[in-house]
Amino acid sequence: MLHIYCPYCGETREEEEFHPKGQAHIARPADPEACSDEEWGDYLFFRDNPRGIHHELWVHAVGCRKFFNVTRNTVTYEILETYKMGERPTITAEHPEGRPADATAQQTSLRDGVRA
Amino acid sequence: MSNTAAEKVRTFDTRTQAKIPVESPLAYSYRRSGAPAPTAKSRVVLRERPFLGHLVLRGGAIVLDEAVREVLGIPLPGEPQGLVHDADGQRSIQWISPDEWLVIVPGGEEFALENRLRAVLGDAHFAISNVSGGQTLVELTGEAARELLMKSVIYDVHPSHFPVGKGVTTVFAKATVILRRPTETRWELVVRRSFADYTYRWLLDAGEEYGIGVER
Amino acid sequence: MSQFNRLTQGGRIDRSRKLSFTFNGKAYEGHTGDTLASALLANGVDIVNRSFKYSRPRGIVAAGAEEPNAVVQLGTTEAAQVPNVRATQQALYDGLEACSTNGWPNVQRDLMSLVGKLGGQFMPPGFYYKTFMAPASLWMTYEKVIRKGAGLGRSPMEHDPDSYDHLNQHCDLLVIGAGPAGLAAALTAARAGARVILCDEQEELGGSLLDTRELLDDRPAAQWAEQVIAQLTECDNVTLLARTTANGYHDHHFVTLHERRTEHLGETAPTVDGHRPSRSRMHRVRAGQVLLATGAHERPLVYAGNDVPGNLVAGAVATYIRRYGVVPGNKLVLSTSNDYAYRAALDWLEAGREVVAIVDARRNPDGELVEQARARGIRIIEGAAVLEAKGDKRVSGARVATIDAEAFRVTGQAETLACDTIASSGGYSPVIHLASHTGARPTWNDEILGFVPGLVKGVHAAGSARGVHDLAEGMADGMAKACEALTALGRSADTIELPRADAIREGKACALYHVPHEKPTLRGPKQFVDLQNDVTAAAIELATREGFESIEHVKRYTAMGFGTDQGKLGNINGMAIAARCLGKTIPEVGTTVFRPNYTPVTFGAIVGRHCLELFDPERYTALHQWHVEHGAEFEDVGQWKRPWYFPKARAGAVNGERESMAEAVARECRAVREAVGILDASTLGKIDIQGPDAREFLGRVYTNKWAKLVPGRVRYGLMCKDDGMVFDDGTTSCLGENHFLMTTTTGGAATVLEWLEIWHQTEWPELEVYFNSVTDHWATMTITGPEARKLLAEITDMDLDRESFKFMDWREGVVAGVPARVFRISFTGELAFEINVQANYALHVWETLFAHGDKYGLTPYGTETMHVLRAEKGFIIAGQDTDGSVTPEDLGMQWAIGYDKPFSWIGKRALSRPDTARSDRKQLVGLRPKDPQVVLEEGAQIVFDPHHAIPMPMVGHVTSSYYSPTLDSGFALAVVKGGQQKMGESVYLSMADGQVHEAEIVSPIFVDPKGERQNV
Repeated sequence: MLHIYCPYCGETREEEEFHPKGQAHIARPADPEACSDEEWGDYLFFRDNPRGIHHELWVHAVGCRKFFNVTRNTVTYEILETYKMGERPTITAEHPEGRPADATAQQTSLRDGVRA
Repeated sequence: MSNTAAEKVRTFDTRTQAKIPVESPLAYSYRRSGAPAPTAKSRVVLRERPFLGHLVLRGGAIVLDEAVREVLGIPLPGEPQGLVHDADGQRSIQWISPDEWLVIVPGGEEFALENRLRAVLGDAHFAISNVSGGQTLVELTGEAARELLMKSVIYDVHPSHFPVGKGVTTVFAKATVILRRPTETRWELVVRRSFADYTYRWLLDAGEEYGIGVER
Repeated sequence: MSQFNRLTQGGRIDRSRKLSFTFNGKAYEGHTGDTLASALLANGVDIVNRSFKYSRPRGIVAAGAEEPNAVVQLGTTEAAQVPNVRATQQALYDGLEACSTNGWPNVQRDLMSLVGKLGGQFMPPGFYYKTFMAPASLWMTYEKVIRKGAGLGRSPMEHDPDSYDHLNQHCDLLVIGAGPAGLAAALTAARAGARVILCDEQEELGGSLLDTRELLDDRPAAQWAEQVIAQLTECDNVTLLARTTANGYHDHHFVTLHERRTEHLGETAPTVDGHRPSRSRMHRVRAGQVLLATGAHERPLVYAGNDVPGNLVAGAVATYIRRYGVVPGNKLVLSTSNDYAYRAALDWLEAGREVVAIVDARRNPDGELVEQARARGIRIIEGAAVLEAKGDKRVSGARVATIDAEAFRVTGQAETLACDTIASSGGYSPVIHLASHTGARPTWNDEILGFVPGLVKGVHAAGSARGVHDLAEGMADGMAKACEALTALGRSADTIELPRADAIREGKACALYHVPHEKPTLRGPKQFVDLQNDVTAAAIELATREGFESIEHVKRYTAMGFGTDQGKLGNINGMAIAARCLGKTIPEVGTTVFRPNYTPVTFGAIVGRHCLELFDPERYTALHQWHVEHGAEFEDVGQWKRPWYFPKARAGAVNGERESMAEAVARECRAVREAVGILDASTLGKIDIQGPDAREFLGRVYTNKWAKLVPGRVRYGLMCKDDGMVFDDGTTSCLGENHFLMTTTTGGAATVLEWLEIWHQTEWPELEVYFNSVTDHWATMTITGPEARKLLAEITDMDLDRESFKFMDWREGVVAGVPARVFRISFTGELAFEINVQANYALHVWETLFAHGDKYGLTPYGTETMHVLRAEKGFIIAGQDTDGSVTPEDLGMQWAIGYDKPFSWIGKRALSRPDTARSDRKQLVGLRPKDPQVVLEEGAQIVFDPHHAIPMPMVGHVTSSYYSPTLDSGFALAVVKGGQQKMGESVYLSMADGQVHEAEIVSPIFVDPKGERQNV
């Protein structure tokens, strides 16, 4: 059973308080009507299933009811970081030890995270 | 109709001053499962505090803090899991989420409080929902109260982790609860009405080995 | 001659307290402090079971959790039956009754053993699969016979009188195992002020300190243990748990411990001060760091006849002598690969019994214990091993011979030594099970000839659990690892003063697992690797010859390690044998992994109090008691208990006989269509939505338009996911310009609230709107039927005129003296008023309605009637008539789709995907069975042509089906391919009873198609 740090509550809490909501950073296309059927199908149905570092959307359902992101290793189940909506992960498959400082300054988008 | 078209939010006092019979969320449970009276051997005592005023307050902390100070005379707990009471312990505000607080006041005060807060908050972006009929407050006291909670909630209730002035929303058995610690010796459970009977039966069962008593 | 193996002194038993017990119906005596196993050995009980496959007699071989044979059934009554209890872990109590789990008619004379003897040669691994393969259809018959002969204990057939519970624990450091390393670690952490839990599966804390030969500070080691335990007991920050097995190591240091609270006192929990404690308790521990001080299991050697009663592992012999004052025999032969096991022979000698010989596989062993044994005149046979145990129901001799250094061949002439006990030791395997649960792979350590645990971050192993077997080093290791854990927790850690232990110089052990025999393994007498599952060395060799190379495959083919003991004794030997057969090293072959639980756990302890009436929350409305008192039958809707129907006593019934469901529902339906009915609708989800962007938000999440809904009006809304499929529906009322009240289905309340939040929080945080659940705040009572207005008018001052309070309006007022919001919405197609009051007033308002309702025929109705009435009107139920594959267009609800709304609302884009836009999608239609008495089955598949060759194309299914008293006919809602264009055509449905029914596709609106009745 996972032990998850809620970035809004500032505490590590039991998994029973959370619901997983699938892959993180799936932004809804800004103009759905301009999407081709294939693009819309990609948004709706296609998700990554990596072995290793994965970014997931979770909600602190029995708690503050806030959604946030989790960087989790799908092999070891280790949670490497959690971060609020609109923030970017510092640990990624490309940078498993954490991104260089300048890269984190990239513009962040709030349009993150819903799955169909 | 009674609504004015210009009204942006429609408030409604769901409580009446008329002498109407009321039933607390635990009324059915007392009849169904009984309420063992506390004895000298009771190591834990349960007591419902029914019919209080419960308001859910939503909005930004800074805006709400000013209004709450002005209207209730106590600060809004800005830190997660914060719980503050007024001087006589009758009114409390609890942090629920970065934009949500639970206000509990003596029954009958809630509608006036809502209107005063709305007046002070004016055009700010906020929301207030009256949930007084939807939840009740259950107190636990006694030396075995903490162990009883360990049997019931997954949250760590050790005093080093759960000091006075803290409150959390967490899992209670297979339901959920808002758990608060207003004083050294008292724990409070804010329970949703529809789950109240389950919660009560669970507490009676788990408290059996401590000789649990129910104060009415 | 009772307890003839009991010593007159020594051990941790209380000889002044006698306990009576029975085993297989025979009475025995033991003492407080005994385990069932030690008491059986004290009484000279050799055979405790028959083996699983060959029905060979088996005796006790170990003294702890690793025991494979002494697996017994407990209980004097049916309700108290407990299967598969290890006698080595069951404390003796007065009146204990135990019996063997295998053996028929009894363990002394077992008929199945004939099968074992005859069939033994012919029962290789895969025997059952190979023998009973054809015809496959008969396997079920074979299996019944085979299961009768094999198998372990049985489950009780009556309710357990005991209760079990859970306790949620949190700590900085969890120390598992209270032996030398664990005690040192716990004391170190306790002194540092950390929150510590120390648990141990044995009856007492102390582990090997309770029976070791070594002294600490020149005193028996147990005294130091007692002193430390006393200190730990004084600490507020320490929780000590004896009789507590750490059984599962789950993610992120969540460990489940099972505490046997009363199992040492009797078969059911005793009453203490009028209360009965739980029999056992699961501690659900979330630890910051975990220290595994779980010790090691001694490996027995694999030799012929090593399963005959009287063969024990060496350490168990020492434990029985020193801890329980029991010598399990008279004449001992010890076969060993190491110095450590010499202790068993020394203890045996000191107990006053004969040590025939120590057979040491090493040439020139020279450790201190070897010297001691020599000095005592014990015969030591070097470079040799016990090849074969002689005897049938008890060891009668040991055939001993020299073997080559690689243990491939017997090199000398065998000599038979008369003896009744053979103790063997092939070395020590660290108990790596819990570390394995974390997914970390153990690694082979050639120094200690064993696997040491792989450790994920935050897990530490100390002492024998990682191969540090020396007492002084083990304690120091426990302390050092505790300091590491404390540092990882960000705490300062100080070392503690440890007692002085004299170092014992040990010679190097040799690697010996499988002792050779004069005959090849496949043709020689049986050499057992896994005693519980009757897996032999030959079976493993055969498996490798048949092409099983992976150890996981060998395990599954031979069933090695599949018993209730999970192969704690045999697995490493089996892997060593497989490695040798495959020409590989042990690390190359690797080990199988262990999974929770470490030892069998009774279901009760897993379930805790989440059973019977506390199995799952039952949610009640404020009117629940009224429903109960009025005879309602209830239906589960999510966790809610909703009245299903209200059966009345049959007119003239003398025995309280009540209406059938069909009769009650027909009566309730007629009442609504002809007079007035009342429904408790409090369970519908209610979400209070406030904010300047509330209206915009609704427009994005609903398919229909919200821009022009004015305060005082209500609208039905349909919600889709972004794939265009309907997932919930309900009405939403405009309370104020920036204020709405949304209702959801009963089951969808939490899901819909989370749905609104996810879009708000992750996609549109710029919209100023808040959502709060007010479901429980309101009680909702729907009165519906032609008489509804008249009834309501009696108890309210509200203006109920049809022009000023129209259909789909809501108004505030006072009902029965209580402030109420009343909504004119209808789910029945009749005139309806939905009265909402604060839940605390609900009963008063409900009863007031009944006080006035008699003259109008006010009838309470439940969910079944609600379903019939709504289906007659073609109103869907999301989740019943939809299943996540149905679009609003499939439902024929184009009227609820705002195609030209400016924002591309959720689900809109998907409606034009080619698959979603197909004209032959399954579409909602009504079905009228040709035979009006037929009620089609919900879920029944639909075909267009019943004479089509099989496989017939399925073109849809029934989603809702009822008998309508209004139509006096069965009717159904269904989804049918292209159904909306097939009105009047026939379809065919086959029922479970084999009948095929014809039905006509019709409009889904069966009653009042123009919707006039709700508008009156």
